[in-house]
Amino acid sequence: MKLEFQLNGKAVQTEIQADTLLLDLVRSLGCLSVKRGCETSNCGLCTVMVEGKPVLSCSVLAARVQGKRVFTLEGLQEEAEEAGRYLAQEGGEQCGYCSPGFLMNVLAMERELTDPDEDQIKEYLAGNLCRCSGYMSQLRAVKKYLNRKGEKGC
Amino acid sequence: MLTGRRFGGPERGKEEEQKYNRQAAEDHGGKLVGAAVMKKDAMALVTGRPVYTDDIAPRECLVVKVLRSPHAHALIQEIDISAAEKVPGIQCILTWKDVPQKRFTLAGQTYPEPSPYDRLILDQRVRFVGDPAAIVAGETEDAVDQALKLIRVKYQVLDAILDFHEAKDSHILIHPEDNWRSLAPVGADNSRNLCASGRDEHGDVDGILKTCAHVVDETYHVKANQQAMMETFRAYSYLDTYGRLNVVSSTQVPFHVRRILGHALDIPKSKIRVIKPRIGGGFGAKQTAVMEIYPAVVTWMTGKPAKMIYSRYESQIASSPRHEMEVRVRLGADEDGMIQAIDVYTLSNTGAYGEHGPTTVGLSGHKSIPLYRTKAFRFAYDVVYTNRMSAGAYRGYGATQGIFAVESAVNELADRLSMDPVALREKNMVRQGDVMPAYYGETAASCALDKCMARAAEMIGWKDKFPFRDMGNGKVRGVGVAMAMQGSSISKVDVGSVSLKLNDDGFYVLTVGCTDMGTGCDTILAQMAADCLDCSYEDIVVYGTDTDLSPYDSGSYASSTTYLTGMAVVKTCQTLREKILKKAAEYLDCTADDLEFDGKVVRRLDTGAEITLKDIGNRSMCFNEDALSACESHTSPVSPPPFMTGMAEVEVDMETGHVELLDYVAVVDCGTVVNPNLARVQTEGGLGQGIGMALYEDITYSQTGRMYENSLMQYKIPTRLDVGRIRVEFEPSYEPTGPFGAKSIGEIVINTPSPAIASAVYHACGARIRELPITAEKVCRAIHPEVFRGEAQRKAD
Repeated sequence: MKLEFQLNGKAVQTEIQADTLLLDLVRSLGCLSVKRGCETSNCGLCTVMVEGKPVLSCSVLAARVQGKRVFTLEGLQEEAEEAGRYLAQEGGEQCGYCSPGFLMNVLAMERELTDPDEDQIKEYLAGNLCRCSGYMSQLRAVKKYLNRKGEKGC
Repeated sequence: MLTGRRFGGPERGKEEEQKYNRQAAEDHGGKLVGAAVMKKDAMALVTGRPVYTDDIAPRECLVVKVLRSPHAHALIQEIDISAAEKVPGIQCILTWKDVPQKRFTLAGQTYPEPSPYDRLILDQRVRFVGDPAAIVAGETEDAVDQALKLIRVKYQVLDAILDFHEAKDSHILIHPEDNWRSLAPVGADNSRNLCASGRDEHGDVDGILKTCAHVVDETYHVKANQQAMMETFRAYSYLDTYGRLNVVSSTQVPFHVRRILGHALDIPKSKIRVIKPRIGGGFGAKQTAVMEIYPAVVTWMTGKPAKMIYSRYESQIASSPRHEMEVRVRLGADEDGMIQAIDVYTLSNTGAYGEHGPTTVGLSGHKSIPLYRTKAFRFAYDVVYTNRMSAGAYRGYGATQGIFAVESAVNELADRLSMDPVALREKNMVRQGDVMPAYYGETAASCALDKCMARAAEMIGWKDKFPFRDMGNGKVRGVGVAMAMQGSSISKVDVGSVSLKLNDDGFYVLTVGCTDMGTGCDTILAQMAADCLDCSYEDIVVYGTDTDLSPYDSGSYASSTTYLTGMAVVKTCQTLREKILKKAAEYLDCTADDLEFDGKVVRRLDTGAEITLKDIGNRSMCFNEDALSACESHTSPVSPPPFMTGMAEVEVDMETGHVELLDYVAVVDCGTVVNPNLARVQTEGGLGQGIGMALYEDITYSQTGRMYENSLMQYKIPTRLDVGRIRVEFEPSYEPTGPFGAKSIGEIVINTPSPAIASAVYHACGARIRELPITAEKVCRAIHPEVFRGEAQRKAD
């Protein structure tokens, strides 16, 4: 079947199968930052934004993005660099395999929540698994990133 | 906008990175070793660059999958592939009749491997639920999936050994085959289902235990936890211009994979090249060549590129998890709590195949008993084959299992003596300068364990919190402690090597044979090189790892890279410095003794004449017969242990038995800390995994040997809501045999959570849990036995 949607700001027309998953579609279109860590929507590695909302692309049929705007980290490079640098400065990216999905949700959280506290941050990002870091460096990085303009004075 | 960015190219943003790294070095007195610089690959990783195996695989790769046995133990009587072969797009289907019949091991160990040669690529006998029965390769995943469904296998189902207590000397044999062989004297005997067996002792253990005022005699059980790295197993292969088999694999052991593939395919190693790109985590899982053989054999037989990507399901059911171990500890002490003797017996379950079986078990005794000064010890073990998934290497490598047992026994001793477990340890722990008979007689040349203990107690507020605090709301908080050690490389076995060359304009390329799997070893080796060469971090380009280009390195496992490959860096830099001086002496018309080199300029001490490194680099590329490159190897006769203390505070719900981890503090002595950020995150990450193992990650099997926890839905690794607060500090000692005084850090960090949390739970609620994980159900059963007393009766009714 034919699918038309916007990927990282560009119009895309492509052929898909009825059972093609959004994850496999965006990877086939060169968005290789999107990873598969499980097949059961548990890990958060495949997070992309559809109409500005983070979704697990392993659990979304490609057909559902007909006419919609999809963003992967490839389309958010400047934000990724900025937020990612905070993670890197903690040494928190480690193997890096979960970083793109994690950063997608960090960016989504920043848009969705105003001045979240530590519990809200953890809650929002709970669906993003990481096996390397033990999560503490990610938390330090996210707090510093959210406070990058120094408003909290800490 | 896009054009401008592209013109700025990859250099854009590097200024900020450089600024940060320079500041990090400046904050550390201008030295790179000890500076918290960013990882070399950090920005590529966080911006999602396509750098992992599946990202760089050619699109035309055949898709490779295997058909897996539904039976725990069976013989393939017939296998009919005729219908499957007709599926459009199918290129190759292999069964046991099509593959070489020489046995090998998938263990990534130095040859001759201690692990027995008990594998074939495909075998007529399948030995666990998930053991491959056929390999299918096709042009699309759909075609392969369809073909897999059309293969008809007639199995003769055999009796299976699912309980590892029943394996030794069972009438059921897992490996009755004639060509099974063990290359090393590890006590293996396939006619008894023994993968290894042995003992080590010092002093009269039984005699001393008889005289002890207190003897703890308990058995502890650790299950076959999964490493669950986020990137599952994967590799692709192709034939290059010269007809050689190139394999790009997410592996920790490229050189071992080359040998394993040579053995498995029965082809010369010279025909094989293995390349490691970025890896999405390893933790030991990828120290076994779990699946490289499948795409490799397809490429070798079809000549076509082939790729295999393990699903999470496959990674859970057919991979290389921790060895399930049951460890019995007998520990005797006098009235004052002075530990006199420790006796450890470990029964280890290697599963269907023997990867890492003979070696992991050794650490369960050799890296737990030496934590204490005792008059005598005994350590005996059996490693048995069963019809479960083969085990492998997982961070901690047997030490984790042994330390859970011994540290739990020490905690039980303290409770029996009504003594503070911190005080008990202070009386008995190993100290710097001690000879450790249970650690191959090595001396603890660097050991700050006492300082780690003191600092951890301070951090958590042990004195105020021990043993428990009733919060008055049905919840009780308890604290627990544990110590740990590990090694730094395998003494007298492991080899670390790097090569280094000076290029035009004076930058260096450091080619490594070890394997950065996210740990940051490329980075810390560059930090060491930069200090040795008095240059900046950016002047060192790191390349790895490729068996055609990298110097031989046994690989990144056994906590070896910082310690061993780090020392190879120090030696190589020294050699190259000498060559640079020699070349400069030629250019400046003097002897090398007349020169000094500050990293940028070589200067004659007498006349002040000088030549820059840049000029040396450029000039050496013209009319020169001394290559400005060096390559040194390092190996070590000793394996200096890092040490650490971990302390946990938990809150137990006295009604449900639910355990919540509130706080975990750890203080580590890894010798010199090469990069404080990376060492910290290694520690926090290892603790996170250890917490998962202690509280959440269960492994259970059906009666027919099917594993239930076959997805991340079932196998619950901790989320960020499950690890409480983790706090880490360092108490560095100085290891005289290590580079810049460094020891290892990668593995030790997983060892303390299980015993510390188990003890904290006991202190909170009195539930003594000796089998991991410590679930609410187990705790509830222990604290409310009355509720469960009628259970069996009710079931019967």
